[in-house]
Amino acid sequence: MTTAPPAPPVLQLTDVGWSIGGAVILDDVSLEVREGEFLAFIGPNGAGKTSLFNLVSGLNPVSRGRIALDGADITRLAPHARARRGLGRTFQTSSLWPGMSVADHVRLAAQAAQGGSFRLWRRARPFTAEVTDTLERTGLTGRADALAGSLSHGEKRKLELAVLLVGDPRVMLLDEPMAGVSAEEVPALTELIRSLHRDEGRTVMMVEHHMDVLLGLADRLAVMHHGTLLALDVPDTVMADETVQLAYLGEGL
Amino acid sequence: MNIPALLRRWWPLPALAVLVLLPYSALPLPGLLDGPIGSPGSLQLLALCLVFGALATGYDLLLGRTGLLSFGHALYFAAGTYATGLLLTRAGLGFWPAAGLGLLAGVALSALLGAVSLRVSGIGFAMVTLAFAQAGSILVQRDPGGVTGGEEGLAATGLPASLVGIAHTADLYWIALAYLVVTLAAVQWAVRSPIGRVWEGIRENERRVEVLGLRPYGFKLVAFVLAGTLAALGGVVYLLLTGGATPQTTTSDFTLSLLVMVVLGGSGTRWGPLVGGVLYTWAQHRLASLAGSGTIAGLPSVLRVPLSQPLFLLGVLFVIIVYALPGGVAGLPARLRARAVSRGAQA
Amino acid sequence: MSTVVLLGITGLGLGALYFLVASGLSLIFGLMDVLNFAHGALLSIGAYATWWAASHSFGFPLALLFGTAVGTLAAVALELGLVRPLYRRPREQVLATVGVGLAVPALLSAIWGADARTFPVPSALAGTFTLLGASVPVDRLVLVGAALVVLLALRLFLGRTRHGLVVRAGVEDRAMVTALGIDVRKAFTLVFAIGGAAAALAGGLAGLYFGSVDPTQGGSLLIFGFVVVVMGGLGSVSGAAVACVVVGLVQQFANYYSTAGLGDLSVVVMLAALLLVRPSGLTGRLA
Repeated sequence: MTTAPPAPPVLQLTDVGWSIGGAVILDDVSLEVREGEFLAFIGPNGAGKTSLFNLVSGLNPVSRGRIALDGADITRLAPHARARRGLGRTFQTSSLWPGMSVADHVRLAAQAAQGGSFRLWRRARPFTAEVTDTLERTGLTGRADALAGSLSHGEKRKLELAVLLVGDPRVMLLDEPMAGVSAEEVPALTELIRSLHRDEGRTVMMVEHHMDVLLGLADRLAVMHHGTLLALDVPDTVMADETVQLAYLGEGL
Repeated sequence: MNIPALLRRWWPLPALAVLVLLPYSALPLPGLLDGPIGSPGSLQLLALCLVFGALATGYDLLLGRTGLLSFGHALYFAAGTYATGLLLTRAGLGFWPAAGLGLLAGVALSALLGAVSLRVSGIGFAMVTLAFAQAGSILVQRDPGGVTGGEEGLAATGLPASLVGIAHTADLYWIALAYLVVTLAAVQWAVRSPIGRVWEGIRENERRVEVLGLRPYGFKLVAFVLAGTLAALGGVVYLLLTGGATPQTTTSDFTLSLLVMVVLGGSGTRWGPLVGGVLYTWAQHRLASLAGSGTIAGLPSVLRVPLSQPLFLLGVLFVIIVYALPGGVAGLPARLRARAVSRGAQA
Repeated sequence: MSTVVLLGITGLGLGALYFLVASGLSLIFGLMDVLNFAHGALLSIGAYATWWAASHSFGFPLALLFGTAVGTLAAVALELGLVRPLYRRPREQVLATVGVGLAVPALLSAIWGADARTFPVPSALAGTFTLLGASVPVDRLVLVGAALVVLLALRLFLGRTRHGLVVRAGVEDRAMVTALGIDVRKAFTLVFAIGGAAAALAGGLAGLYFGSVDPTQGGSLLIFGFVVVVMGGLGSVSGAAVACVVVGLVQQFANYYSTAGLGDLSVVVMLAALLLVRPSGLTGRLA
């Protein structure tokens, strides 16, 4: 067995909570994500998984607690500043640019990632190579000219991944990337996510309901329930946990 | 390339040539215009149509390209008109320095007020821009120190003799046309630039642009200042065209009419705002002269009373457009084509 | 001293008008995301209906009631006829209200002329009373009283009734209310009716305050209504109440102690300053 010390946490949440109008949505969640780790979030709908992602990516302000990226406090940083520090995410419900074509999504993301967006005097670059490569990787070849608003649910998830890939973030928050994707396409997408993690060494946090997908990917499982973190450990231990089983009885896991 | 393909790509050039040559035409357009095209009255109306078409095109940079609903665009137009007019009339500057400084005033004002109003987004932004424009309107109408002429407006003195009077209407028309070309080119250039690509993203989903690592504020400010500059330039042209400044151009109703033009023509399209601006301006003038004519006076009061108010008709027309023609006039060909296709599919 | 008292009470009277306009705007916006540009038109409809009734020997209270009722009906008709069919398209809803906001004042001036019509102020309200050495017009008290009654009624409605709870919850999070199986659209019509009633009441009282009615009154009061709504925080009735007092007083005092018009400007400068310090308005709601 290896005796190397554990890698320092990339992301650190300390007593993070979120309330709106007196209702507690997230209650004092504390966790650490290590460099290159794959951390999967499971839990019933409404458990607070997406809310947690919103707090980490800065879309909602936290009510309590502290979020640190690479040891630096990012609790009060705007979403764009967090993204520039290498934090990227996808959305579970469609949050793309509905009136723009698939190719234009890749172009905008590429332009944001490579800089030079703040220019008025020149033509916007076509980013032909990026468009071709990314669409091929995410299985969207042939859909370059389709408007995002007209895509199927599964295609939108793939486009979310495409936009994320172009941004090349170190830490990826994937919110149900498989939702609505047809069964025969799941293996290819799973393979893509696996390679992002294993081969390219990215840190991944992923919300997913397909346990079979997760068990092959995740280093650790985080179980959320009613806005709290119920358990956080390696998959085998979590699955054997009695509290978790109790929380899930009847939830149809 | 065959002729139809060439025409499809390059039709704006012959169209522009026709517009340039219009002052030489003596063709009468009964019903559309009072006199022949080349007559001073018709040219004046056509020039106004072009100015407002261009103004609407610049305004759509905010509304249709970046998704910013500003209710204060009149302010920057009026800034160009009043600043230039005041520098000419009260400070005694020559036309070109006055116009240059007037334009600069519009740029500075839009940069300053844009920087403040863009701190809020969505409807808050709409209300704040409205409040600023209202402040400007009050300032002009209260006539501090007797410089703006208050309700009476400002009659500009010291305009170059070569640009004043009926004999020079054709020159003024060409200036209006030049302003239109400049605006169309600037807007087209900007939306194809890297910033334009970000504008599109902001319009479609601003939060998602933030998640990419871009801060929307600066991009929106560029759109605001560019639109404000184009409006101020339009204000200078309007000063030349009408020989003065009127407080009506400072009011929120004026901004609302720009909004009506853009929605009428088709927001977010290349030619829509221009078409809407031209149609609106033309309709407003025709309705106003119709309201004063004998045809209306002879109608029963149920019809006569509402028909005598162009703003009533335009307001109703606007509501109808919002309902029946969401893409505006520019979206009409595509809608008709879609309908024909679906009908063909059924048959 | 007497000037200060007079200015203060007059400022409060103006603030009362702003509150009546802003409370409805704020609720409608908070619940439906619709910036109601026809709100000034509703005010004008109320003003002309009150003026018409008062000129046709209704008593003033009855005329005010009539004007408010007409305004309420107009607001309900607007919501059912024009706003509701565009549900889920807030941009188009705003545009439709813009059209109404343009058409109604034009129609009013087509029927009754563009010039101001003298409002028949009842003799009981035309007098003055003495407060701390200042002789204050009685109508100012009527305005402030009406605004307080509306504020109290709104607070009771929002805090104590089932429908009020739905509205409040809808302002907080519309999706959540819909998810609970409550038909929010009924609440939409309700807030439009309430907003229309308050605006029409403001119209009738504006006739009393200014001594005349004209087609542009609604539009200019609407703009300050917007200012109050933004300063108070969108969707917050209490925030609007605080903001309208501040705006009314600042405007009145600045207009008196400097040149006329500067008060209106200082209100806008105040708005800009507030937004620079707190982009979300006084109550901290997202703007």
